[in-house]
Amino acid sequence: MEFIEFQNLNKAFDTKVIYTDLNLKIHKGETITIIGGSGTGKSVMLKLLLGLIEADGGKIIFDDKDVTTLDREELISIRGRFGMLFQGGALFDSMTVYENVAYPLREHFPEYEEEKVGKIVQEKLEVVGLPDVAEMMPSDLSGGMKKRVALARAIATDPEVILYDEPTTGLDPTNTNRINELIIGLKKRFQVTSIVVTHDMNSAFKVSDRLALLYNKKIEIVGSKEEIDQSTNEVVKKFINGEIEEL
Amino acid sequence: MADESLVAKEVPKGFQVFFGDIGQAFFTGMGYIGGLATLVLDIFRSLFSDPYPLNDTVKQFEEVGLKSTSLTSLIGLFTGLVIAVQFIVGLERFGLQLYTGQIVGIAITRELGPVLTALMVAARVGAGITAEIGSMNVTEQVQAIEAMGANPINKLVVPRVVATTFCVPILAVIADIIGILGAMVITTLETEVGGKYFLDQVTDTVQMIDFGSGIAKTFFFGFFIGIIACYQGLQTRGGTEGVGRSTTLSVVYSSICIFVADFFLTKLFLTF
Repeated sequence: MEFIEFQNLNKAFDTKVIYTDLNLKIHKGETITIIGGSGTGKSVMLKLLLGLIEADGGKIIFDDKDVTTLDREELISIRGRFGMLFQGGALFDSMTVYENVAYPLREHFPEYEEEKVGKIVQEKLEVVGLPDVAEMMPSDLSGGMKKRVALARAIATDPEVILYDEPTTGLDPTNTNRINELIIGLKKRFQVTSIVVTHDMNSAFKVSDRLALLYNKKIEIVGSKEEIDQSTNEVVKKFINGEIEEL
Repeated sequence: MADESLVAKEVPKGFQVFFGDIGQAFFTGMGYIGGLATLVLDIFRSLFSDPYPLNDTVKQFEEVGLKSTSLTSLIGLFTGLVIAVQFIVGLERFGLQLYTGQIVGIAITRELGPVLTALMVAARVGAGITAEIGSMNVTEQVQAIEAMGANPINKLVVPRVVATTFCVPILAVIADIIGILGAMVITTLETEVGGKYFLDQVTDTVQMIDFGSGIAKTFFFGFFIGIIACYQGLQTRGGTEGVGRSTTLSVVYSSICIFVADFFLTKLFLTF
């Protein structure tokens, strides 16, 4: 059994079918990027994995447990092993950067004293290169800084799996590069499993060990960077060359 | 099959559209009530299974209660002033100005204080709650709470609903008192009725059942304001435009709910 496995997954929103019998295996410690056009359901895969939305059929295996059958308490426990970077950062507007990064620590480790929480928050902010922003509000940060603070929050509990939902969307080239380096750096430093969802092909090729193309409600192809790059599959070639955005 | 097509032809299209719209509105309404009921169940489930969010509740008491006091007091004051002026004019025709305190006291404590306070809270606080939760929803902050192992119902909904449920009665008591005092001031200025006489009239006439039934209604009003505001916020879709739409609907539905509940609760309390 793989570390994470989507088995014959089905999902629809009202009449719009997102997946029919989608299958994907993710190895422990790898960085896999799910690529695909807008609206194909890339982000939905991440939310299904966390149990934020329910699948209509099929299984989602995480560490030998089927996420789709877990009750609320078990889901909360599983979520402690994940960190998620949301597309827009999803930082809490009403809290300081410090409180944002401390939030998952307080949820999952209520026994931690404030001194320990503060030390971890500062350490994670240093990992993302923002050691001096703890007392700032999210509204005072630039787009790139927000993403990095959101990343610090995602890694606050030292998760085994980090989920990145469009981590470079809307960022300038410098910040895009900085986020890419952080994704690579976190994998090397903490040996985490990373699932990246993006339609930014440069970023995908830079950070990934493997890539999976979501097309026509299924995973069309999975392979290493080289395999995807040299693929003769017409859909893959067109998507890589940017000739089709909506798949 | 042939008979069915004949029947379909015989029914004018206008009727089909009319009854189709009624049916759709009915099912939409039932869906909305079902959604609210589910949220109420989720709140009770959260109250029994999650640690109580005391700090968030205290913060909401400040937001809902403390920060609404000046507004609801102002509304209470002017309600008292205007209702006294109206009754002074009306009762003067019968030479009954002496009884202004009795009528104003009953009107304010039974009806005007509770309902107007609830409407003000719906407009100020209900709209604010919907806008806040709605914005959090469209920027994925609600899902982020869940992704980090917390329950958004416990973190966002419970403190707000508890705060509105218990703050509206407190605000209504303040509005009642200020309204009666306002009425006393205008009555003493415009008639020969003295302040002490006015207050004696009020205290002799307004019984605990009058005051209590008015305040008891506000617990329900506050609960409805909180539930509807949170539900609209959590249902918000479609970016900033969606937040605006949800906020408007929150105030509209809360206001309708307050008036409808007011009628039935008044009838109910009259049986005691």
